[in-house]
Amino acid sequence: MSNIITVENISKSYRLGAKQQNTTLRDSIISTLKSPFAKSNKDDDSILWALKEINFEIKRGETVGIIGHNGAGKSTLLKILSRITKPTKGEALLKGRVGSLLEVGTGFHAELTGRENIFLNGAILGMRREEILKKFDEIVAFAEVEKFLDTPVKFYSSGMYMRLAFAVAAHLEPEILIVDEVLAVGDITFQRKCLNKMKDVGEHGRTVLFVSHNMQAVARLCTRGILLREGQISADGTMNNVINAYLKSDSGTAALREWKDEKTAPGNAIARLVRTRVCDDEGNTKETIDIRKQIVVEMTYDVLASDKVLVPNFHFYNEDGTCVFISHNMEKEWRYTPRPVGRYISKLFVPGNFLAEGRFLITVALSTYLPLEVHFVDRDSVSFTVIDNLDGDTARGDYAGHLPGIVRPLLEWETEREDI
Amino acid sequence: MNKTTNELSADSFASEQIIKIKPVNNWFDFSLRDLWAYRELLYFLALRDIQIRYKQTALGAAWTLLQPLLTMAVFTVLFGKLAGIKTDDIPYPLFAFSGLVLWTFINTTINNSSNSLVNNSNLITKIFFPRLLIPVSAVIAGLVDLCLSLFVLIGIMIFYAQGFHLSMLFAPLFLLMTVLLAIGVGSFLSSLNVRFRDVKMLLPFGLQLWMFVSPVFYPLSLFPEKWRWVVSLNPLTGILEGFRASLFGKPFDVFAVATSIVLTISLLFIGAVVFKKMENDFADYL
Repeated sequence: MSNIITVENISKSYRLGAKQQNTTLRDSIISTLKSPFAKSNKDDDSILWALKEINFEIKRGETVGIIGHNGAGKSTLLKILSRITKPTKGEALLKGRVGSLLEVGTGFHAELTGRENIFLNGAILGMRREEILKKFDEIVAFAEVEKFLDTPVKFYSSGMYMRLAFAVAAHLEPEILIVDEVLAVGDITFQRKCLNKMKDVGEHGRTVLFVSHNMQAVARLCTRGILLREGQISADGTMNNVINAYLKSDSGTAALREWKDEKTAPGNAIARLVRTRVCDDEGNTKETIDIRKQIVVEMTYDVLASDKVLVPNFHFYNEDGTCVFISHNMEKEWRYTPRPVGRYISKLFVPGNFLAEGRFLITVALSTYLPLEVHFVDRDSVSFTVIDNLDGDTARGDYAGHLPGIVRPLLEWETEREDI
Repeated sequence: MNKTTNELSADSFASEQIIKIKPVNNWFDFSLRDLWAYRELLYFLALRDIQIRYKQTALGAAWTLLQPLLTMAVFTVLFGKLAGIKTDDIPYPLFAFSGLVLWTFINTTINNSSNSLVNNSNLITKIFFPRLLIPVSAVIAGLVDLCLSLFVLIGIMIFYAQGFHLSMLFAPLFLLMTVLLAIGVGSFLSSLNVRFRDVKMLLPFGLQLWMFVSPVFYPLSLFPEKWRWVVSLNPLTGILEGFRASLFGKPFDVFAVATSIVLTISLLFIGAVVFKKMENDFADYL
């Protein structure tokens, strides 16, 4: 079967600070006067290559998951393929109607009614009037908003709003569907509904490109995966292999991530991430941890300026993308005290017999509150798997089957007996 | 080298469209086919602007007529009575309103369309469609108001017992030129506004200045004959004078009208070219 998408040597560069640069006429005039030939020295450090010579081909009917850490170029790639922004170099060829869904509810207007928004949003997504009319009842039924069709959407609950927005997009029926992290919002039932709808789309011979941080959704939906790293393709193959490659870093294990080059490390002028790690009691990096054992999560970071109170925090997600918990560093010593310049290692201790079995992904962040400022965030920085050896001394007891739940604490019980 | 053209398959018999994404350095890669394919979106965007404009106002669409009518009243007192501007036998309120019908349209639509790209940044950064639709739809949305105020103008003409002139058949030409002028200037300023938000600051002042140098509340004949050509370099001069001449059966100032036609078409062209040139970076600047 022929290729439906062909991407050849696509590169995209941004000038760093392009958003701030010359945004007023005065600045523009002054900088032109100061250095009228500024445009000729383009090859300086201020150029950031968001994508570097990307090449791939996608066949009709493939569902492809694109994954990668923040800043790897996923969104830029989708924006180029959806024709929102242009590549700096390279070419891409798409055969067929493209529907892109980079956000649920693009173009929805709060003041307009549900009915009016269906038509407006449909037109924005590239549907013809007759097409919308034909699918109108289906869209309304999918969104479950029959009673509120003539109410302005500003009075909708956020759930209704999301359902309606997705419903319009889901009925677009393009040959190529491009979807960015749109399932990060909405409740579980809604997410499931959307995923099933997208699976349908894929099974009807349409081509789907899907970006998400929800590994389970990606794994369920996609047959093929493409892993982006620093603007380049670092893995391309079956979805499961690519997910494994994503979770494993340079270090060869998913439990350790290290930045050797300061330039690529997450951070700003205040602080910079050096290393994140999952280890056991004894400080050995561990990817697999016994459910009964304490888990130590570590972040090593350099503080570069000493005037801020810094709060390290870890976010734990399970494979469904559900946030299990977020933990802030509440140590008395640093809670309200700005940290002097230096290298710090902050450790979080997760007790044994607390998390359920399964894979957990950790997002690492360093923030300042009052006022809020985020110095770095590294999504899915490290991950680990909790296992139960079935020795019978965990919350599982002697049950060996599938045991759902996000946490599995070993709790105290008390039973009283009365004569009857 | 950061330009890209989006070409639809040239073969209209092909069952599927082929989209080619590539960097191109064309000055004028204008795809009318793309614009045509998205004509329904133009309608829905304009409809949205109309639907939301007077939401939550007590008087609603009446504002469309109140604005020029109130301005007419003020002008009549200030310029008609106090300053005593001569208007060649046309009652001053009628004279002022005929100018205000066009000026209000120019003022509102250029204002709206210049800010339209920035106001719709959420659309531009999230979905593809021909960007030109945004400023154009802002102008199209003003057509409803224009039609309403034209009815009021007809009413005022009947009130002042104005006769029918054959020259009235030319009036639509000047209305069309007004719309084209608004599209040209609006799309030019809207694309400039993405990069330089100064446009937004400068705009109210600029529009006010433009009104004063255009024969909105005074006739071109107010100027000495040898200076009229200077005033005619403003495309709006020929439009306003021509519109009134056709309504009231007066002789056309051929030079002013001709200059105006040339300037309007040039501005439309320049607006489209500049827009296309800047369009490529919109998503990166919004």
